[in-house]
Amino acid sequence: MTDFRISYTLDSTLETVDSAEETASRMAAKAGFDEDEVTRIAMAVREAAVNAVLHGNAYDPHKKVGLDFESSGQNLVITIRDQGSGLDLSKIPDPLAPENLLKTSGRGIFLIRSFMDEVQIRPSPAGTEIKLIKHVHGPSAGGKEASREHED
Amino acid sequence: MSMKISTRQVDGVTVVDCSGRITLGEGSITLRETVSGLLAKGQKKILLNLGDVNYIDSSGIGELVSAFTTVRKQGGDLKLLNLTKKVHDLLQITKLYTVFDVKDDEAAAVKSFS
Repeated sequence: MTDFRISYTLDSTLETVDSAEETASRMAAKAGFDEDEVTRIAMAVREAAVNAVLHGNAYDPHKKVGLDFESSGQNLVITIRDQGSGLDLSKIPDPLAPENLLKTSGRGIFLIRSFMDEVQIRPSPAGTEIKLIKHVHGPSAGGKEASREHED
Repeated sequence: MSMKISTRQVDGVTVVDCSGRITLGEGSITLRETVSGLLAKGQKKILLNLGDVNYIDSSGIGELVSAFTTVRKQGGDLKLLNLTKKVHDLLQITKLYTVFDVKDDEAAAVKSFS
């Protein structure tokens, strides 16, 4: 896995959403993930960027979206920050509940969690920070499996 | 790549051939306007051919759900045809695969409306 750290500050526009997704594709490929994983990572970043631009900053031209990529050792860590009033996690309904299946929104965070290994969401009155982590499933995954077998 | 849509009539069913991406913004709006236009013309049997749709985000999924419920409310039906693996997987994850009537053969799909 190639180590790198890159940060961007982006406007609260739809172009930022596309740009975040494209950059995530490049960074995930650079970090050594395969095509399917690159697609999932890019989609998770797109959804997080949509949340930041639409729900966080509400397209406010004075508010920015921060986007960081950090690849080190066995992880790709992507952080997306907005300057909104803070995401209220308790207000996000379960999109898989039968009564919510036909809702036209509310699946973004669910998809992010589905596609990444770890997701940390830190809402605050100054904005929301979401950290997306993807582990490289290389030799270390085999090591984990081996140690689990040993414990059994 | 943005989204392209063309429509054709097959035995009373409107087949909507979509290609590209159904995502927040242009792609979702194009789909919404197409379905609204068809309903306005009384074309309520709609088969969405997604064979060339390589990407859908959560907004696009929301747009598919919206199209489906809108058509159903007006007494019509909307079915999906030729899902790519990516779109199929997304509908599975979101449990929408069982909500939509998904087909993989156009002739059979068209017949299923009657």
